[in-house]
Amino acid sequence: MADTVTLAEAVRELVHDGDTVALEGFTHLIPNAAGHELIRQGFRDLTLVRMTPDVVYDQMIGMGAARKLVFSWGGNPGVGSLHRLRDAVEHGWPVPLELEEHSHAGMAAAYVAGASNLPFGVLRGYSGTDLVARTRVATIACPFTGEELSAVPALRPDVGIIHAQQADRKGNVQLWGITGVQKETVLASARSIVTVEEIVDELEPRAGAVVLPTWVIDAVAEAPGGARPSYAHGYYDRDNEFYTAWDAISRDRDTFTAWMQEHVLEAVAA
Amino acid sequence: MTATSSEIATYTSDEMMAVEAARRLADGNVCFVGIGLPSVAANLARRTHAPNCVLVYESGTIGAKPTKLPLSIGDGELAETADAVVSVPEMFAYWLQAGRIDVGFLGAAQIDRHGNLNSTVIGDYAAPKVRLPGGGGAPEIATSVTDVFVMLRQTTRAFVERLDFKTSLGDRVRVVVTDLGTLEPRDGELTLVRVHPGVAVDDVRAATGWSLAVADDVGVTEPPTEFELETLRALETKGRE
Repeated sequence: MADTVTLAEAVRELVHDGDTVALEGFTHLIPNAAGHELIRQGFRDLTLVRMTPDVVYDQMIGMGAARKLVFSWGGNPGVGSLHRLRDAVEHGWPVPLELEEHSHAGMAAAYVAGASNLPFGVLRGYSGTDLVARTRVATIACPFTGEELSAVPALRPDVGIIHAQQADRKGNVQLWGITGVQKETVLASARSIVTVEEIVDELEPRAGAVVLPTWVIDAVAEAPGGARPSYAHGYYDRDNEFYTAWDAISRDRDTFTAWMQEHVLEAVAA
Repeated sequence: MTATSSEIATYTSDEMMAVEAARRLADGNVCFVGIGLPSVAANLARRTHAPNCVLVYESGTIGAKPTKLPLSIGDGELAETADAVVSVPEMFAYWLQAGRIDVGFLGAAQIDRHGNLNSTVIGDYAAPKVRLPGGGGAPEIATSVTDVFVMLRQTTRAFVERLDFKTSLGDRVRVVVTDLGTLEPRDGELTLVRVHPGVAVDDVRAATGWSLAVADDVGVTEPPTEFELETLRALETKGRE
């Protein structure tokens, strides 16, 4: 059964320095509020996992929370590069960042394997690319046909964090619209936190929705606007101006640090 | 064409690229689309000669029919207008890997003469000069779709003799649309088959970091028609609202 707690309590209880933490959201329902809470609580040496690290990962990396990033595409969607990610990789600022880099198909297969409690995922992929020499991937033969395939080790984060539209009072969660890899993230992770736009008396069934029963979740925290500046389908659209503005804010270390101080460190937790 | 010469002259190289790529899509093609010029091209095709083109965005929306150009692949309108919305693992396994996509658009920071692409790093991987966003869907798009369309501005920094990193393979690249012209593979090597209006073959050679093969019958791209430009600009204006 999920405990309904504040976001600050959920993070304090379930995340530890050095953990592998996946905050997922494939361009929609990105758990920005939860990422900010991780920053405020000052975690260090995290291995951060996400298929599409964007602004909130740039912020966590720029604040020195991460030792390693497992990812497949790291950019500011529709805008360009992540300057804090680049600074960490290219110059080790504020701390060096180790990369484990996959393709989207590989990450997706690795999450499915984790959610299925299998040791690896299998796909046709990576072959012939320079990624093979730079990441955790192996060639295996199909035991039935002999076909050569790629194996990726299962993703098993210590903590999976997602944002959803709604939970009920028992902690059952429903998300809809573009649901990405969030179900797999929760099921692959040893512990999980779900932030929601609102807690309702009863979840209304919706076509195409993902429902996660309360007993696979550790903590549910109400965080209205918790995906901002990203989208929450049915609640708000992406604040595109912010994504564009982030390019300038994040280019310079001092501007970035001052912005984080004012907008994240001094902000009140949800 | 009914437009006057002054009217046809006023289009940007981005518009030429989008129009040229859109024309390559056949009606009914199932195409995997990213944000930016590929999204413009695919949406333009759907509103002009290819109304039954199926737009698939890797975020999980199959058959999306956006009324405005999406700001990112997470745009809610893609889900609202789609024939089906699937999870990301399903998208890559059941739809892409299984071979259900005809055309995939790719961009990159670097391309070589075989159509191999780099979207990972400039410089050495371990100590990069520029860390790029990374491959994302590209490695498997490049080997799973029937036809890869590449859209890329042509400069000697992008069109290189040797890639700094091979992110995806060029085996299925059928066309490369640049701001200067169109390249297609001939005898295993990208060959200039058309220049855009006002561009000389030597301009394209000068913007290519290898000794560029040029087709004997190299032609000139048909400039955007009034209808194509109007449709394209209506799309873009809506996108900026």
